[in-house]
Amino acid sequence: MLQIAGLRKCYGDFSLDDVSLQVPEGCVVGLVGANGAGKSTIIKCILGLTQPDSGSIRLFGEELAGMSQADFVQARSRIGVVFDTCAFPDVLSVREAARIASRAYPAFDCGLFDSLADRLGVPCKKRVKELSRGTGMKLSIALALAARPELLILDEATAGLDPLARGEVIGLLRDCMLQAEEEGCGVRGILMSSHISEDLEKLADYVVCLDEGKVVFSVEACQITDSAGVAHCTHSDLERVRCSDLGQLGALRVLQRPYCIDVLVPDRQAFALVFPDIAIERVGLDEYLAFFLKGDVL
Amino acid sequence: MEILVSNGSDLPIYEQIASQIKNAILSGDLEPEQKLPSIRSLANGLGVSVITTKRAYADLEAAGLIYSVQGKGSFVRGGSVQFLREERLRCIEDLLSRSLEEAKGAGISLEELHQMLELLAEGE
Repeated sequence: MLQIAGLRKCYGDFSLDDVSLQVPEGCVVGLVGANGAGKSTIIKCILGLTQPDSGSIRLFGEELAGMSQADFVQARSRIGVVFDTCAFPDVLSVREAARIASRAYPAFDCGLFDSLADRLGVPCKKRVKELSRGTGMKLSIALALAARPELLILDEATAGLDPLARGEVIGLLRDCMLQAEEEGCGVRGILMSSHISEDLEKLADYVVCLDEGKVVFSVEACQITDSAGVAHCTHSDLERVRCSDLGQLGALRVLQRPYCIDVLVPDRQAFALVFPDIAIERVGLDEYLAFFLKGDVL
Repeated sequence: MEILVSNGSDLPIYEQIASQIKNAILSGDLEPEQKLPSIRSLANGLGVSVITTKRAYADLEAAGLIYSVQGKGSFVRGGSVQFLREERLRCIEDLLSRSLEEAKGAGISLEELHQMLELLAEGE
């Protein structure tokens, strides 16, 4: 659905450097990284809001750079976008906002918008400025989904939502993808940039991490949640690990803690078999990130 | 169908799913030709990635326990119960041989082993 290869964009003191990522059909790709790492820049390039210096972006199989204006508008209408702020003037009522959106997006389905707004609890008569931050986000999501996009791009779209609301949104996104599979049309791919690891752990199939414009890792989400582990080591434990086959194999990442050294291990079951006496546990996405952004290679 | 996955388990989630489906087939909770949930609806229901459920189903298919029909879904393969029972019998035979070996090595008689087995069964 979306294929980015070798993307480069220079902004002076910041540049995207050789970024490659894909959103395969039927998949949710999570994009993580510190603020300013380049996540929003990538999204802007995908939406044609900014021109990359070099590299390729293929949307629905077609190269973005070579598209005619008409083709681009067509492709763009198949993408739904949700940013972290509601894009509509706040004096409008929800219903008016929906009407404007229906003019902008040819596939906008008003009936679908009504049922999504209902499901998410967005009151149609209220003005946008009267909505709480969380409800404003839900409105943005409902508007985006009502246009029946095939590719959905979410840029920090669940920020500002309370845990229950986030759960509702995640559930909604899951249902959308299931419906798309069963009915043959609808959201078939999602690219979501988020700081909320819990959401990504639940929804993402792949996780791509960006740091200072470069891709630091790109893995299956279950590699992080299911296979990887963090081992809590003393200095002597660390030496044993370093000298073992596991230590020689790949670059193990370590984080110095106040009272021990944490080691990121790609396969915690295998590690536990070789070192049954070293405490090892599942690693969350936040910690996994920390190993790559703040840790060192063993 | 009930499936329980635990992040705290030693087993990877795809293995937990596959082994629970296997057990359900063996116990008859899942019947031959019964349709399984789609890969995505199972993933949604368990809160895991489709990659995980896809892998579980792929493993079950490779083990000959389920089969998939493009566009229709995945189904329990008939004859799986037999097949799994054979597998379990082989496993138990293995364990029993090892127990016999240990008993021999420790000079424990066959009669004592029988008694042990009965006591254990009673305790269940």
